[in-house]
Amino acid sequence: MPDDSMRIEVAGENALIVYLGHALSPVMADRVRRLDQQLRERLADQLIDTVPSYASVLIIYRPDRIRMEALREHLEEFGRATSAPIAKEGGSLVTLPVWYGPESGPDLVELADSNGLSVDEVVQRHHTREYRVYAIGFAPGFAYLGEVDEVIARPRLTTPRQQVPTGSVGIADRQTAVYPAESPGGWNLIGRCPVRMFDPLAAAPMPVGVGDRIQFEPISRSEYLELGGAP
Amino acid sequence: MSGFRVLEPGVLSLFQDAGRLGHHALGLTTGGPMDGAAFYWANRLAGNPEGATTLEVAQGGLRLECTGDTSVAVAGAAMPLKINGQTKALWRSHRMTAGDVLELRHATAGLRTYVAAAGGFEAPVYFGSTAVVRREGLGNPLHAGQELVCGVPTDTDWALPMDQIPRCEATVTLRVVEGYQAAEFSAESRGLFYRSAFQVSPRSDRMGYRLEGNAVAAPAGERLSEGIAYGAVQVPPDGQPIVLLNDRQTIGGYPKLGTVLSLDCWKLAQCVPGAKVCFEVISLEAAQAAVEEFAATREAMALKRST
Repeated sequence: MPDDSMRIEVAGENALIVYLGHALSPVMADRVRRLDQQLRERLADQLIDTVPSYASVLIIYRPDRIRMEALREHLEEFGRATSAPIAKEGGSLVTLPVWYGPESGPDLVELADSNGLSVDEVVQRHHTREYRVYAIGFAPGFAYLGEVDEVIARPRLTTPRQQVPTGSVGIADRQTAVYPAESPGGWNLIGRCPVRMFDPLAAAPMPVGVGDRIQFEPISRSEYLELGGAP
Repeated sequence: MSGFRVLEPGVLSLFQDAGRLGHHALGLTTGGPMDGAAFYWANRLAGNPEGATTLEVAQGGLRLECTGDTSVAVAGAAMPLKINGQTKALWRSHRMTAGDVLELRHATAGLRTYVAAAGGFEAPVYFGSTAVVRREGLGNPLHAGQELVCGVPTDTDWALPMDQIPRCEATVTLRVVEGYQAAEFSAESRGLFYRSAFQVSPRSDRMGYRLEGNAVAAPAGERLSEGIAYGAVQVPPDGQPIVLLNDRQTIGGYPKLGTVLSLDCWKLAQCVPGAKVCFEVISLEAAQAAVEEFAATREAMALKRST
């Protein structure tokens, strides 16, 4: 079925942005992932960079290697192809261990209280669902994951923290994320993950990419430390 | 070994090469020279390949002692350049001998100046680039006592002809390629945007330039974050435009009117707080032709031997 909502706009003298739709969803995340993958595989020499996000891909290209009109035609073709039904949704499945609790997640108790749940229920709801990486940004390695069960959704803190520790797992509205590095931040913190989400010196600096699937797995404090989690 | 010792690092001096490309999917910004034109000339005058690592000196206050013979070229904002206390010209190359002291005083016009040393500076490489982006923890600003390594002097002394030297102005006009959500802005608010003179806010930095002036009504409604191109003009709900530059976040959700022509971004990057900024539309075709012509003209431009 053709997707009428696909749109391509100019984003600069050597940039186009493809909108695949307006709403975020796991299906959309997978379409974004496939479009970005197609671009990287088939137009690697013509492109400077791409920015996959919730429902769009920004493409910055080399004008000495491809004309904007030719790129636009490729984008229409690749974009249309992503709306075709596929047998099985792709994207790697990545399991991230999380030490949940009031000690590692200073907002866990308040989130549970405000949402009328027990702490255990919040934890349960958070890790029994598979998430998709909807976007990466804000900071290197910061992956926006969606969507959390609406009963554990909560707006950002009114006053952001100056320092959120590395590996903190947070909830903001219906998204969740692992802080890749110590930074300011306003998400509701419920636990900590020992896996490094961004290592600039590693061959694979990030364990996940846009469109990948994420599963959280509860671990104890001692397992967290054994896995190399920062104390 | 050819190089320098940092006596005083200046207000903010950063290694910058052409920037970090191809890693936006990790959330990494590009970094790179805020004034790509001055960066280009500093390297070319120093006899370096395009994109060699330079020092981007913001505001000034840099003092370097040469520790091994080399040559340098300095280009960009009007920062008085002294070598051993003697005033020297920008936009040309200079021989440096061990013991010489190079000094860049505070800028009298503009904001950023590039010091290119023969062979380029050696600097840590992250994701294929030496561009320092502090927000991302990639590299650090220069510090006192730091040893800088570069190459041996080149055998030629070059200068950019006087009539080719770009000037940093207190009022700049930036050409905008309309795009992104431009069509969602009302005709009135677009009209106001192009008619207005904005002032550069003190809260401007390598990420972006915040402008103050008439409030440009942005289209309402929540928007999913999307990729931000170099030079993108975003309008938050307060109507005060922000032009996103080298260290911009890779994604954001504010509506965007379009993108400043890359050739004009350096003018903004040289603006100090209080400078006036105006915008005018350029068609996509004219923008692409301008970029093509600019590159060809610059490539072909003859330098003159300095005396």
